[in-house]
Amino acid sequence: MNAPASIFNGDEAELVSTRFTVPGMRCAGCIGKIERELPKTPGIIAARANFSAKRVAIRHDPAIDEDRLTQALRDLGFEAQRLADNPLGVETEERKSLMRALGVAGFGMMNVMLLSVSIWSGADGPTRDLFHWLSALIAMPVIAYSGRPFFASAWMALSHRRTNMDVPISIGVILATALSLYETITGGGHAYFESAVMLLFFLLAGRALDAEMRTRTRAGIGALLGRMGKSASVISPDGSTRRVAAADLEPGMLVLVAAGEAMAADGEVTEGTSAIDNAMLTGESAPEPVGPGAVVHAGAINLSAPLRIRLTRVAEDTALAEIARLMDEAGQSRSHYVRIADRASRLYAPVVHSLALLAFVGWMIAGAGWHQSLTIAIAVLIITCPCAMGLAVPAAQVVASGALLKRGLLVKDGSALERLAECDIALLDKTGTLTLGEPRADIAALDAETRTVALGLAQASRHPLSRGLAAALLREGVEPAVIDNVRETSGTGLTGQWHGQEVALERPEDTAQSLAACLRIGESTQTITFADPLRGDAAATIAALQAEGVGASILSGDRAAPVEAVARALGLEATAEASPQAKLAALEALKAQGRRPLMVGDGLNDGPALAAAHASIAPGTASDASQQAADAVFIGEKLMPVALAIRVARRTMRIVRENFGFSIAYNMLAVPLALFGLVTPLIAAIAMSVSSLVVVANSLRLARSAKTSARE
Amino acid sequence: MTGLVFLIPIALGMGLLGLGAFLWSMRDGQYDDMDGAAARILIEEDEPLEDDA
Repeated sequence: MNAPASIFNGDEAELVSTRFTVPGMRCAGCIGKIERELPKTPGIIAARANFSAKRVAIRHDPAIDEDRLTQALRDLGFEAQRLADNPLGVETEERKSLMRALGVAGFGMMNVMLLSVSIWSGADGPTRDLFHWLSALIAMPVIAYSGRPFFASAWMALSHRRTNMDVPISIGVILATALSLYETITGGGHAYFESAVMLLFFLLAGRALDAEMRTRTRAGIGALLGRMGKSASVISPDGSTRRVAAADLEPGMLVLVAAGEAMAADGEVTEGTSAIDNAMLTGESAPEPVGPGAVVHAGAINLSAPLRIRLTRVAEDTALAEIARLMDEAGQSRSHYVRIADRASRLYAPVVHSLALLAFVGWMIAGAGWHQSLTIAIAVLIITCPCAMGLAVPAAQVVASGALLKRGLLVKDGSALERLAECDIALLDKTGTLTLGEPRADIAALDAETRTVALGLAQASRHPLSRGLAAALLREGVEPAVIDNVRETSGTGLTGQWHGQEVALERPEDTAQSLAACLRIGESTQTITFADPLRGDAAATIAALQAEGVGASILSGDRAAPVEAVARALGLEATAEASPQAKLAALEALKAQGRRPLMVGDGLNDGPALAAAHASIAPGTASDASQQAADAVFIGEKLMPVALAIRVARRTMRIVRENFGFSIAYNMLAVPLALFGLVTPLIAAIAMSVSSLVVVANSLRLARSAKTSARE
Repeated sequence: MTGLVFLIPIALGMGLLGLGAFLWSMRDGQYDDMDGAAARILIEEDEPLEDDA
């Protein structure tokens, strides 16, 4: 093991690392296969898989380019996509700093508690003073470090003349620390260091859970993204090609788009004939033939043959960017949404602060002296500090999103769950949402021999019909026949030799039927028809939505006839031929009526509507932009996660309200004690931990309830 | 009372050791791939050895 490592040591500095996202990594076998087999490719030194994020980092010779690495992964059976150079977003950094703060607070809490328990058990005199001083020495730096997320957020809110949950927290912690320090210096009896540190620990646990939920689901969604063209091969006047990033492309450039590549800008075909897949833009599943003079848009995928394209509109001017702008504007309204925790704190904070003030004034009037009055006022602040409240929301939402994740639904954040629970009407796109969005072949008429030939041919192409046929045959357990000389002619189909006979998979003569292919073996021909079937549980999902009181209707950009057929099959109202602007207008109209629409869609034309809806869900096969605009993404062929999302979101909100009820009840018991000056640090510590534990335990019930609702 | 002179530093030292271990393991990326760690124990690492024999 040591010997080969030392040989490579000399070259170590010259190696480079490239990261890929590999969504198909699903089991331990996949990790083993990637890490063991990839280094066998010449030039690849090592591969390391990150299973949670579905990423693979490859250390390799710089001479090997991205395409060869992607090919090496594809040879192992994994679709891969290169990650941008700066994949560690702000999110991960935020989560890590929260975890560090949590670790420090945990350390401080344990040690200060150790000293406090001794004081509560009767240590007094110089021992008590010594322990108070030690507690202060540990607690002050811990509070300064771990409290930063709250102090920063509270300061931000105050400087904008607003208030949030962090304002009462920060005031409580700072006053408790200051009072305890005063008590310590003057040799007083009660110091609240452990309460202050414990409060921070529990609240940080809530924050860390919240951040964990967001990074976990974003990693899942991130693994699905990245199919959009990010660079293009520009042809120089001397005929050589070079890769240029999408942002640096200019109108007038001539680019070469290989088969299987996504367009990075809008342009006009100058040379070559091929078919393009516009599903990202229009949601239309049938491929579109293109030839010289045809206009193609960024986001379209070239399917069969290389094309030379003269760019017309790049970067910010593409049709894609236009839709992205619409989405941005539509998404503005959502940022005004106030989360339940902040709504609660708007009611809660004034009550807490006036209670503390009342206690101070009351005891002053009663003639208690300012020191005792202040001590009591601060005890009120500490006992009412929303410790369990800080956990009430994230604990429930983390459990719910974990349960939904297991059922194939990735919810982006807590705010999304809150908005999903409030939806009262659903609008569904047709292609790719109610239907699978990919052509499925009808192979019932084929016999065993033709099946093997069809698979042998279909496997050779990236055309959606070929892929749909191959997928259908592979599901039936068909073994591919070995076909020689397979050639793909753009616009016509595939030809090859099998047992000396000519075989072909072609476009049928009758071009009116666009979703069909003709299989020819020697002289005999057979037509294979394709359909874009409804998702198996579409009707059941609509029924489940209606059971929750959410009425559904179809809002599609597709032609009227197919939309009508689906609407009749499901018994829904439908609007067809809606442009992105029309979809947006339909949603705005609903919102103006006071409804809270849920939008479910996949195409880029749904993007603005997804961003404008009260809440939105996109399938995992949706365009990147749509997945980014949506609040949740569901994976797989089932539509049921959509109904499940609503049901679980509503249960989550019920649990959240219960949690609020519990923590307020605890505080109500403790506040009279505090007001009469009976709260010792011991009582404060017990009230705080018991209420937090009750809230967490109550939230854990959600893990079961999501499971049972899936079984129904 | 004199026992405290030893016991408190020991308690603090152990706490700091734990905190240090936690911060180090986080920086080292031990928590970056929790699902992967669970799956990795299932990988047969012995296969190449069988080939050699």
